[in-house]
Amino acid sequence: MSAPLLQVEDLSVHFTVGRGRAKQTVRAVDGVDLTLGAGETLGLVGESGCGKTTTGLAILRLVEPTAGRVTFDGTDVRGLSTRDLRRWRRRAAMIFQDPYASLDPRLPVGESIGEALDIHDLHQGTQARRARIGELLERCGLHPRVAGRYPHEFSGGQRQRIGIARALACEPDFIVCDEPIAALDVSIQAQVMNLLGELQSDLGLAYLFIAHDLAAVQHICDRIAVMYLGRVVEEAERLELYRSAQHPYTRALLSAIPIPDPVRERKRERIRLVGDVPSPIDPPSGCRFRTRCPEVFDACERIDPALQAVAGPDHTAACLLHGEVGTEVAH
Amino acid sequence: MSDDEELQAPDEPAEARWKETLSALFANRLAAAGVVVLTLLILSALLADVVAPYAFTDDDLTRRLQPPSGAHWFGTDELGRDVFSRVLFGARVSLQVGAVAVGFSLVLGTLIGLVSGYRGGWTDIVLMRAMDVLFSFPVVLLAIAIVAVLSPSLTNTMIAIGVVFTPIFARVVRGSVLSVREEVFVRASRSLGASDWRIISRHVLPNVAAPVIVQTSLSLAFAILTEAALSYLGIGVQPPRPAWGLMLLDAQGFIATGAWWMSIFPGLAIFITVASLNLVGDGLRDALDPKQRSIIQSRGVT
Repeated sequence: MSAPLLQVEDLSVHFTVGRGRAKQTVRAVDGVDLTLGAGETLGLVGESGCGKTTTGLAILRLVEPTAGRVTFDGTDVRGLSTRDLRRWRRRAAMIFQDPYASLDPRLPVGESIGEALDIHDLHQGTQARRARIGELLERCGLHPRVAGRYPHEFSGGQRQRIGIARALACEPDFIVCDEPIAALDVSIQAQVMNLLGELQSDLGLAYLFIAHDLAAVQHICDRIAVMYLGRVVEEAERLELYRSAQHPYTRALLSAIPIPDPVRERKRERIRLVGDVPSPIDPPSGCRFRTRCPEVFDACERIDPALQAVAGPDHTAACLLHGEVGTEVAH
Repeated sequence: MSDDEELQAPDEPAEARWKETLSALFANRLAAAGVVVLTLLILSALLADVVAPYAFTDDDLTRRLQPPSGAHWFGTDELGRDVFSRVLFGARVSLQVGAVAVGFSLVLGTLIGLVSGYRGGWTDIVLMRAMDVLFSFPVVLLAIAIVAVLSPSLTNTMIAIGVVFTPIFARVVRGSVLSVREEVFVRASRSLGASDWRIISRHVLPNVAAPVIVQTSLSLAFAILTEAALSYLGIGVQPPRPAWGLMLLDAQGFIATGAWWMSIFPGLAIFITVASLNLVGDGLRDALDPKQRSIIQSRGVT
């Protein structure tokens, strides 16, 4: 890939909680680097609370990053003024996880979709506007006539289609998909995934696809980044990642994918992680995964591992098993 | 989707939505009754000069304290004035006080609540503490203070009641805004590039409407009663202008002598007004909620 569409460098989002003496910093996202080319899909996978959604929000500046750089098609997103930021939002949209909460219950769905048109002055005029809204609905597999209906009259899958239509309204180049299928029935999940795939190949969209397990992203992504506690711990091309995962956390996630074959499924070896994700207020010293890692050894406490090339140049992992690369932690 | 055939959208969205809201409001029989009664009340207030059989100052001591009869439907008061006529003229004052005072506090309170809840931080703290100060005075005491400074008159009574009621609206609105602004659909709207103004007017305001409507119909009732209290203290509406509250309080001295009609009829007038306002308020709240509306439409009943 030549000049990437989106380049995220050292992105951090820290929140302060409490006041005075009890003031603490939550390191929700702590130094994330991501690269995404036009028309590509990057999967961002991790457990609940690892900061993957916050990363997506921070890229779009729906949450203000604490530090780092976001470059989108040559534009420094963090440097945009309020006004320019609003204009830039036309190019980068978002699809939300909960289709029940992401649509305004008091607006007919056509109006929710039409809002983007009004904001960016696209397809104005009653006829043109209505035609465009109908076209977007149809594009997402809904009848144009449903534009006047309210969100509560739709099922979860239909609402998610409406959410997708809304994201498409301003003709973006890039969409952050925040677990768009996690809240849907399994039978609907495939439909929505197919829709997203079609839209990508027809419109040349780039996706940052956030998911909490590797099963969800295995068909749609070009590259996958695995996050743990605010950091990217492994990143590789999709097949490469499934074939030869290098980080123990990625292996654990992979082992959680069920196999659709009863005989093999019974023999499937599972790596069970024990314990909860540590608090991002006070992450473990050294490697953040060491408290749950099945392959932990004494260096893990001392050295904070950096991403290093493993098994090929385009495959990086932050694990000391592949060489003690990282910063020494002061005791 | 398979149920496409059943799905039909109105042709002209904005206009159709109004019609839909109105038809949902009238489908609720109680609310429809409320609308009818309120319309009658407003008409009788406007047309009091034509409709009332006597002028409200028409006193005649020879016919004082007469019970209801063919000549005086609601009887006469201690000065021989026709109670029916005075109730009709009183509607002017009471409805005016209710509408203007509550309108004032509704607009001002909603504005303060919106800014306070949406902006948060120091703006919120300063505005809400100011509201707390206003709120900490007993309603009548604060109104007395305001009227005492501005001199007693109908206008100043309305201003006083408006100011006193503002914190109630500010609090109700702020509370709702705090929860609505965290909704995903607000974030979604922002992600499309919506300005704060657009988010407030298109998403926040419609979603805080329900509690505000309920508060409005409650406040209208209280405004009419507060006006009565102020008039009784001699700092509200000045006699001989009739106001329901004032009439009620005049009647107080004659309950013992058996002149029940002096208190019953103005009291009934207040009761009917307040009750119909509440019915209309509830109906409006449901009719404006798309979810409730489709329930109303599918059942066709209250």
